[in-house]
Amino acid sequence: MKYYLNHLEELESESIFILREVAAQFENPVILFSGGKDSILMVYLAIKAFHPARVPFPLLHIDTGHNFPETLEYRDWLVNHYNLRMNVGSVQKAIDEGKIKEEKGFNASRNNLQTYVLLDELEKGKYDAALGGGRRDEEKARAKERFFSHRDEFGQWDPKNQRPELWNLFNGRKHFGEHFRVFPISNWTELDVWRYLAVEEFPLPNLYFAHMRKVFERDGVLLPDCEYITRRPDEMVKEELIRCRTIGDMTCTGVWRSSASTIEDIIQEVAVSRLTERGGRADDKRSETSMEDRKKQGYF
Amino acid sequence: MKQQNLITTDKYIELLRFTTAGSVDDGKSTLIGRLLYDSKSIFQDQYDAIEEVSKRRGEEGVNFALLTDGLKAEREQGITIDVAYRYFTTPKRKFIIADTPGHIQYTRNMVTGASTANVALVLIDARQGVLEQTRRHAIIASLLQIPHLVICINKMDLVDYSQEIYDRIHDEFEAFAGKLDVHDVSFIPISALRGDNVVDRSPNMPWYEGSTLLYYLENVHIASDYNFIDCRFPVQYVVRPYTDEYHDYRGYAGRIAGGIFKKGDEVMLLPSGFTTKISKIETYDGELEEAFPPMSVTMHIEDDFDVSRGDMIVRVNNVPRQDQDVDLMICWFNERPLRENGKYLLRHTTKEARCIIREVRYRMDVNTLHRDVASKQINMNDIARITIRSTVPLFVDAYNKNRITGSVILIDEGTNETVAAGMVI
Ligand SMILES: Nc1nc2c(ncn2[C@@H]2O[C@H](COP(=O)(O)OP(=O)(O)O)[C@@H](O)[C@H]2O)c(=O)[nH]1
Repeated sequence: MKYYLNHLEELESESIFILREVAAQFENPVILFSGGKDSILMVYLAIKAFHPARVPFPLLHIDTGHNFPETLEYRDWLVNHYNLRMNVGSVQKAIDEGKIKEEKGFNASRNNLQTYVLLDELEKGKYDAALGGGRRDEEKARAKERFFSHRDEFGQWDPKNQRPELWNLFNGRKHFGEHFRVFPISNWTELDVWRYLAVEEFPLPNLYFAHMRKVFERDGVLLPDCEYITRRPDEMVKEELIRCRTIGDMTCTGVWRSSASTIEDIIQEVAVSRLTERGGRADDKRSETSMEDRKKQGYF
Repeated sequence: MKQQNLITTDKYIELLRFTTAGSVDDGKSTLIGRLLYDSKSIFQDQYDAIEEVSKRRGEEGVNFALLTDGLKAEREQGITIDVAYRYFTTPKRKFIIADTPGHIQYTRNMVTGASTANVALVLIDARQGVLEQTRRHAIIASLLQIPHLVICINKMDLVDYSQEIYDRIHDEFEAFAGKLDVHDVSFIPISALRGDNVVDRSPNMPWYEGSTLLYYLENVHIASDYNFIDCRFPVQYVVRPYTDEYHDYRGYAGRIAGGIFKKGDEVMLLPSGFTTKISKIETYDGELEEAFPPMSVTMHIEDDFDVSRGDMIVRVNNVPRQDQDVDLMICWFNERPLRENGKYLLRHTTKEARCIIREVRYRMDVNTLHRDVASKQINMNDIARITIRSTVPLFVDAYNKNRITGSVILIDEGTNETVAAGMVI
């Protein structure tokens, strides 16, 4: 008998520890569910952490109205299958009510509008901790993020005012009106997530696997053809074998030519890939520091 | 049945956490960038981005240090000012780097990064030799009981790869390290910029017979960095499903902090002192015969005692110290100085309690180890020995026995900030 854990087991144990810490230290936590593999992993780890009890937090999904239909199908399956609770915040509703204004033009996206609805939902739900699937390896600005990330009463993140985190000791104390973002899978890399989900054989949305889809190319990124994007006259639609490496809105999620049809294929592909995951998202291309800017506004 | 085959080569790799320390410009960022690059953890678009910035700035070659620069403000100032975490994986191990800066005012960042590290890399500029900062970094590494210390003598290319210079720095450091509580020190002459002895053996230093840095990191023995002797299970969360199916279910969830627990073990519950047996150790994936650090599990006991968060399950014949008066070495983290006789909140394992700082015994000079008993003023980045009294007994072990049950943080009740990190003496 060897008394050590392999890296996936250790990551799992660490994340479960964080999830239980959130349940113990906060009164009203919520899991931010985006539909992507990272938030799926987080939900799965939460199921594990509290088994055989029900996950003690609801999911919150901000529905931009521009989702892939497959994302919503999967979400509903997950919630039903594991007896979870879910709240949905609707960007479309906020637009209809005149609270926010839709972006115009060819590259219009609802990504920035999400932030408003998210903060609004967090306030309405009086959540004091919002669990996110952010990973530190994803982007430069994330590398300094804490597991327990403190937000002021405006939902803002101040990189200068974060609490030091030592050992296994997490300080979730806060004043009235403040809340925390918590990132239980901070230490996982993209490859760790795939490997783990593969070993666990956890079902994933079909979007991640190669399938035929109508797509067109814009600024070097393949985008799905859909009613939410206005194409330029010269942008030709073709049917291609593709898959998503990340799942976001149809308007800004680049898809990839790929024949990876199993999770093993995906791992192979990711392992040899020379492009980072977020490289495929049109919204990050807007400026070099866009992730950091959005984070300051409260997106993460 | 779970799939095991698809990641066979990687399934059993271990996780190693290390921290880097060095004075400004000793080459930390360059070294980390080099490790990431040479281990192929940098993607093409990241590489293209830093290549472009390097060019724009008129630098010759690609500045790897740019890879590890995080936030805008820092990029503008050109320095790293906090702890940033980096990741890379080789076929043998997954690595988490806690990248901490070397300024005098950032002792606290190094303490933070060091708290979970298996290995500390301390960089020395070969042209400068052992500096005051080098001593400080080594002292902090020893205070935080990082099990393995590697002294990287960097910029060897600037001293003609001279063995004589390496030997001099080696001996000087070793003489000083004799005064410290460090058990495993290694020395590696490198050039982070040119890559000598980082991943590949350097043809420029045939006189050096030790391993390259990456080889060291891939092979250093870390499996015994946890305490496997003294059984400690801090109860983190009580799982109660309240369903018909699991009507009487009551599981104690937590992470093993020490020792190897086995089903059937006779255990004691703290603080009550009641004894009982472990009836079951389980996870979502099923029952376990035994559990060890750092596993997250759910324990069940035979008798119907009331156990809650902050309690601890231990072995009957091996209990931690139970005391309200505890001596700590602390690092002060906050701009507002320590208040002697001040009240603070304290977190120790899964327990939260109030405490009062009864006495500052001495302030320790982190450059010389000198104990200044006259100094009662403890400011940010100071290291001091203090005595606290908590409102309830704490179940502690000495930090050098167990880093988990031997560590605490202090929190200011007014601001909720974490103001100090403490190690039980
Ligand atoms: N010649 C030489 N220069 C180095 C070496 N390592 C780092 N440098 C240079 O030293 C300077 C400071 O390095 P940097 O990595 O930013 O140091 P940090 O402040 O410790 O992160 C940069 O100009 C590097 O190119 C080395 O091994 N040899």
